[in-house]
Amino acid sequence: MTKKKDTIAAIVLLAAAFALVALLDRMLPSTGIIMTVLKKGCIYSLVAVSMNLLNGFTGLFSLGQAGFMLIGGYTYAILTIPPADRASVYQYFDGGIIQFAVPFWAGLIAAGLVAAFLAWLIGLPVLRLKSDYLAIATLGFAEIMRAIFQWDKLGPLTNGSNMLRKYPSFSTLMFPFAVAVICIAVIVLLINSSFGRAFKAIRDDEVAAEAMGINLAHHKRMSFCISSFFAGIGGALLAMYQTTIQAQAFKSNMTYEILLIVVIGGLGSVTGSVLATFLFYAASEWWLRFLDSPLMIGSFQVPLLRSGFRKVVFSVVIMLIVLFARQGIMGDHEFSLSGLMKLLRRKGKEASANE
Amino acid sequence: MSDPNANVLRLDHITMQFGGVIAVNDFSMEVNKGEIVALIGPNGAGKTTAFNVITGVYEPTNGTVYFNGEPIVENYPRGKMKKLYLGDPAMVCNKVISRTPDKITKLGIARTFQNIRLFKKMTVFENVLIARHMRSRANFVSATLRLNAQEEQANREKTLELIRLVGLEELKDDLATSLPYGKQRRLEIARALATEPSLLLLDEPAAGMNPQETLELASFIREIKDKFNLTVFVIEHHMDLVMEISDRIYVLDFGKMIASGTPEEIQNNQHVIDAYLGVQEDE
Amino acid sequence: MDFLSKNLPYLLAGISVGGQYALIAIGYTMVYGILRLINFAHGDIFMVAGLVLIYSTTVFPLYISIPLTIIVTVILGMSIEKIAYRPLRNSPRMSVMISAIGVSYLLQNLALYITGGLAQVYPTIPFISSPITIGPATTKVVTILTPILMIILVIGLMQLINHTKIGMAMRSVSTDFETSRLMGINVNNVISMTFVIGSFLAAIGSLLYFSNYPSVIPTSGGMPGLKAFVAAVFGGIGSIPGAVIGAMLIGIVENLIKGVGWTTFSDAFTFVLLIFVLLFKPTGLFGEAATDKV
Repeated sequence: MTKKKDTIAAIVLLAAAFALVALLDRMLPSTGIIMTVLKKGCIYSLVAVSMNLLNGFTGLFSLGQAGFMLIGGYTYAILTIPPADRASVYQYFDGGIIQFAVPFWAGLIAAGLVAAFLAWLIGLPVLRLKSDYLAIATLGFAEIMRAIFQWDKLGPLTNGSNMLRKYPSFSTLMFPFAVAVICIAVIVLLINSSFGRAFKAIRDDEVAAEAMGINLAHHKRMSFCISSFFAGIGGALLAMYQTTIQAQAFKSNMTYEILLIVVIGGLGSVTGSVLATFLFYAASEWWLRFLDSPLMIGSFQVPLLRSGFRKVVFSVVIMLIVLFARQGIMGDHEFSLSGLMKLLRRKGKEASANE
Repeated sequence: MSDPNANVLRLDHITMQFGGVIAVNDFSMEVNKGEIVALIGPNGAGKTTAFNVITGVYEPTNGTVYFNGEPIVENYPRGKMKKLYLGDPAMVCNKVISRTPDKITKLGIARTFQNIRLFKKMTVFENVLIARHMRSRANFVSATLRLNAQEEQANREKTLELIRLVGLEELKDDLATSLPYGKQRRLEIARALATEPSLLLLDEPAAGMNPQETLELASFIREIKDKFNLTVFVIEHHMDLVMEISDRIYVLDFGKMIASGTPEEIQNNQHVIDAYLGVQEDE
Repeated sequence: MDFLSKNLPYLLAGISVGGQYALIAIGYTMVYGILRLINFAHGDIFMVAGLVLIYSTTVFPLYISIPLTIIVTVILGMSIEKIAYRPLRNSPRMSVMISAIGVSYLLQNLALYITGGLAQVYPTIPFISSPITIGPATTKVVTILTPILMIILVIGLMQLINHTKIGMAMRSVSTDFETSRLMGINVNNVISMTFVIGSFLAAIGSLLYFSNYPSVIPTSGGMPGLKAFVAAVFGGIGSIPGAVIGAMLIGIVENLIKGVGWTTFSDAFTFVLLIFVLLFKPTGLFGEAATDKV
């Protein structure tokens, strides 16, 4: 019964969130700091959840997320730049070889599909590897992708090391929010399905999972491809948000940041990942901003405060979480109304017991 | 040799060699339909290795495993093993049939583990429900979009039924690892049954149980055998249990079969007594 | 012959870079051999060593700053192990790996803060930066010095591992953690020692490596770090000679690829190699296979 209530509560909350987003789009300037946080939050939530599907739910320690985002972002950009603008974008490559454009939604789906296809290809060999070898192989794959997309021989397709631009993008918050909600909802449905249980079984004990008739190779590949599909869509959203895209930016540090978000939220918790993403970007783009600018109190200059200090404080906090709060915000639990009520009730009981 | 179709499981000259160590040496045996057969032997005799060969965890170095008369696993010393092979050369086969454990489970062989391997972060209910996944027909799209609601419902009912059977209904939403030892073993059996096997392999199901629990386990094994029309092959150390439930017994020592027969025959077999108690030298 | 003379500069550069990778790779391979941990922060330790030298030369003369750099790097390596890895000793391997990634992230952000995001010019170290001519190629002394110094250090290290008490303890810990502890070996000391050696070699590697480059940036450690790790995997993780051979191979091949004009792929090659090794010989050239018990 509580499950049904939770579902209803979740739907009500989502509807409220949609209304709020619509309101924010009208009220706030679209490039303000709050909007930046919210937009980035939506985009990276999706990427973080997709990474959690792999690392937290299937137990595959993969570090290829930036690579799949790169593929998604480029696929979207390449397919949607209007032919009229191609000459100026691909100025060093005679306008490139593609002379058509697909609508943005088709570009988004294609971004996911191409990322998933490459995941399938790379998954054939690397998914046979164990934990840390898989991590390093996927990290390596992401680096190879970065090199290939910058290769000037592929310039007519990828524009070499030059940036891609002039493809359709968005200015509202509603767009990334809606896409992220739909995608995350699909991931949640998958996780709670029979296949999601199989993924968790693989995470908990590969040998036992196999003995229960779960085809390891098949399910790992499935998880890898689905995760990459959504990372690809996340990459496309990022490309839209930035309005330009350059392979150079998709470094392993990007993957590290997403991984740390997932860890902060809790490996194996979708709501944790979403919560952590918004906290991460709110802290790094907004709340901790002040650490980056020198501050005078009277004639006393507060020491240490200057450009870059924010990130240092930030990484120290992350290290503290990694070392001392290993479960992250949510552990492997999900946020739900009934869970919150239970917690509050228990806290209340403790309080009354203490009196 | 009896009609191979009569046995559910037949091992034919199975040898398993790791590097220079022979864990199982030229082991042949059979389990007939509806039997409860026990495999016993001192620690390190190669019993669990034999299970791992049957279930596809290890690829045997030599020999064939038949299930319902069909060879499901077959191998012969090849490649590097050709030179290293130390087992008794007993059979000439030149085919390789290899299957991953999930394929073998799908054929209808389910197992439990000596060192309990439950899914730690899942509830009792989920642990059993997982085993229904293999028999589901839904693909990931239909499962995600909940187009398989009927099948899912049926799976949940079947799961609940099995949990009831092993007496864990009240604990169904607890984490599997929070259960006491004996109940974890029962849960493993329920999970194995959920894969709809015709042959059940139990690896030391009574390990860590007290005499009372062991007794209950014996009647429980008989009960599920009859209820699900199973054939049971069990590794066990508790001699009480073995003597109580087995129709026939095989004894392994240092990878070699040293005896086989009915419980009475085994009890009086000098080789078996020597293997368990050690040979008295220079008496 | 024509090929050789044309490619000699690349070959020399390859040998030199390979030697530098080897010095980093040893740190990876030793830590992995003992803790089964990919020390993602190792490349950043290497970068920090570069920055320390830059900053210390603004205050001290070289004969002080070089030893100072080595000491600071060694202390850094040891402290990272104590603070970030030791508390997680009994946790799943994934947690430790995440901690290592966290340390890497922290060191890079710290470097970014201290440098203000500007590339820091690496000082010219006399002698090793002076030009030298070999056949048709002109290069720096460091190119010739690196492989020689690397070989001397590796021989010394092998002596230490094979013929001293601490070396024996290291070998023992890398074979079996728990048993070594039961045998009265202070496992924590051995692990610290491993980080000391690894960081020491990384500091030397950093001196040699950055002499070839004009400047150091916070991400300078990333690529050489990853390549050195691949070298360690290629050679068979845990094996020091393996790491050296792997590093030399990667150094030489990537420079030859640059020579052919495929610079874009000189980095990618490393990872293609990695994926191939992991597929066909996951234990590397000299590694030993481990089996899981079911």
